[in-house]
Amino acid sequence: MSNELFEKMAQSIIDGEDEIAAELAQEAIAAGIDPLDAINQGYIKGVNVVGEEFSCGNAFLPELVMAGEAMKAAVEVLEPELARLGSKREMLGTVVIATVEGDIHDIGKTLVGTMMSAAGFEVYDMGVDVPIVDLVSKAREVDADIVGVSALLTTTMTKQRDVIEALDDMGLGDRVKVMVGGAPVTRSWMEEIGADGYSEDAIGAVNVAKELMGKG
Amino acid sequence: MSSKIKSITDPKLSLDILTKEELDKIHEATLQIIENTGVRFPSERALAIWEAHGAEVDHDSQVVKVTGEVIEEALKQAPPAYPLAARNPEQDLPLDGNHVFLGTDGCGVQVQDLENGDIRTSKLQDVADIARVADSLEEIAFHWVAVSAQDYPPESRGLHELKVIWENSTKHIQTESIYTVAEAKAAVEMATVLAGSREALRERPLLSIMQCTAPPLGHDGGSLDAALISAEAGLPVGFMTMTSCLTTAPATLAGNLAVGNAEVISAAALIQLAYPGAPFFYAAAQTASDPRTGAYTGGGPEDFLFGAATNKLADYYKLPLSMGSFATGAKWPNWQAGIENSLSTFMASVVMSDMLLGAGLLHGSRIFSFEQLLMDCEIFDIVHKMMQGIEVNEETLALDAVHAVGPGGNYLAQKHSRRHMRDIWLPKYFDRRTYEEWDQKKDDGRDWAREKARQVLQNHEPEPLDPKIVKEFERIIRSVEEEA
Repeated sequence: MSNELFEKMAQSIIDGEDEIAAELAQEAIAAGIDPLDAINQGYIKGVNVVGEEFSCGNAFLPELVMAGEAMKAAVEVLEPELARLGSKREMLGTVVIATVEGDIHDIGKTLVGTMMSAAGFEVYDMGVDVPIVDLVSKAREVDADIVGVSALLTTTMTKQRDVIEALDDMGLGDRVKVMVGGAPVTRSWMEEIGADGYSEDAIGAVNVAKELMGKG
Repeated sequence: MSSKIKSITDPKLSLDILTKEELDKIHEATLQIIENTGVRFPSERALAIWEAHGAEVDHDSQVVKVTGEVIEEALKQAPPAYPLAARNPEQDLPLDGNHVFLGTDGCGVQVQDLENGDIRTSKLQDVADIARVADSLEEIAFHWVAVSAQDYPPESRGLHELKVIWENSTKHIQTESIYTVAEAKAAVEMATVLAGSREALRERPLLSIMQCTAPPLGHDGGSLDAALISAEAGLPVGFMTMTSCLTTAPATLAGNLAVGNAEVISAAALIQLAYPGAPFFYAAAQTASDPRTGAYTGGGPEDFLFGAATNKLADYYKLPLSMGSFATGAKWPNWQAGIENSLSTFMASVVMSDMLLGAGLLHGSRIFSFEQLLMDCEIFDIVHKMMQGIEVNEETLALDAVHAVGPGGNYLAQKHSRRHMRDIWLPKYFDRRTYEEWDQKKDDGRDWAREKARQVLQNHEPEPLDPKIVKEFERIIRSVEEEA
């Protein structure tokens, strides 16, 4: 019975059906299935299938994003039950991500957040035009492993350096890795400002994040 | 591998390159040329046919002058639509005005070696290899003899070439390399063996024959005789003009069109007078000579305009068209090759030329390159996508998705996106990687195309020919060689 349910859960992720994924999570709770089992033996299997299909070029970005959304919908349903049981999902790491103050470019940053979340990171996406003080406070509050800072303009790109300095000032410089991204960002800029990681696209960003966590 | 053939069909794009009045003027000029200036037909058989139909024939100069009425009446006999048949009937090609099919090119004399990149003299094995790669490509609908089998004797070379192409592919062959009486008879015999009988071949012509004109205003004797033998057997026959502004045609584009048109439609009329109703196609690859050197250019804006204009002429006479496109003048697959091949192919396609020629050849149809062949297929693929135009309806306007996303956000998680994401064209040989990835490898589409060609040559197994048919082919070729 639960095997069949796990297969349906995986399929809901593969199909990118968030409503079905959430319904199946309700069913699992009603049937007394351990939510961690539902995630690890059900949903994650679907995430892996989509990830593999994507890597070999058979699946496209919308399928990856929709799988991520379906996963999020399932986890949201399961989370209260996890908390009640006092168990916790093992995550790859905690990431706070934002587009810097003065810059409202959203899509690349959102995509990176979605991909990281689908890959198994705990992601706090703070949105766009985020003041540095808010960003670093959040990083401290959630005990972030990685802060991802996006900028699309050469004029706002300099704020990425300010974020690194602010983290240093708070004594978080050694603890928190900083990833930078956005169209004008290059590897030499990353090196110049002393950031830890950089990628030109969302899929690459996930790999960099995994490497930074020693799980690449 | 799939035996499907990708063709341009049901186009949403169009181009009015010549008005009805302009076409009438070109037609009138053409008839005046044929009637007053004349066209040279250096074949006793052809001259006898003309004479029997009331033409003015000068046997010394072999120039024929004939009235417009005779030409117009003869052209009415030509069928407006017919199929080119293939060994695999699923690969038959309807020449019906609603399909653009891509073929390889001919007839190169050198090959860029796939292993070491060297440019070397072409051999029969190259003809076989090119046919095998083309067999695997859905964009390639039919073969020309892409390179010359220079390791075989001239008197039977064209037949060896046909044999290895049929051994390596189930697709239609349109040969431009049969231009003697002996070879034409043997080619018809080979096609008859393959079809099973004369009647079967007439019903489904597995071979079509393309002859070149001898501009300005002339034909080659062997070509005329070979064409008449082929037409008698029911094989589709075409004549290609390659009139070149400044050297073999007037410097002006309209003058070039009229001279080339006189060559092609006079040949079409001859074939119809001899065999009324024989399938005929217009063929052309007009160009402009370089005014500094007189050299053949292999591409330029004049060529692109001719590419679109000629199908208007062929349509005027209700004849299918085999149009030279691709076949860049560039020496290697570079930016010039990309520009010339894209524009020539787009212009010939937008007017729905029935057959496009030229995939795979460089340096003005002299050097064959496997890389270029595969990249040319990608160009055809792009034009194929463009010709579908923009579909406008409730589903494609996507108002539900627009409303669901609202201002801000993105469309990636929309079911509408998932339904249509596979409509978005994907390249095989465009570099869409990150800069870093490119920077590490510094490779490009050429490298990927070369690798792909190597894979195909290693893995693609064409459907074999019946050994009995191969034996018959060998017997026919031997008899031509013994007579020579």
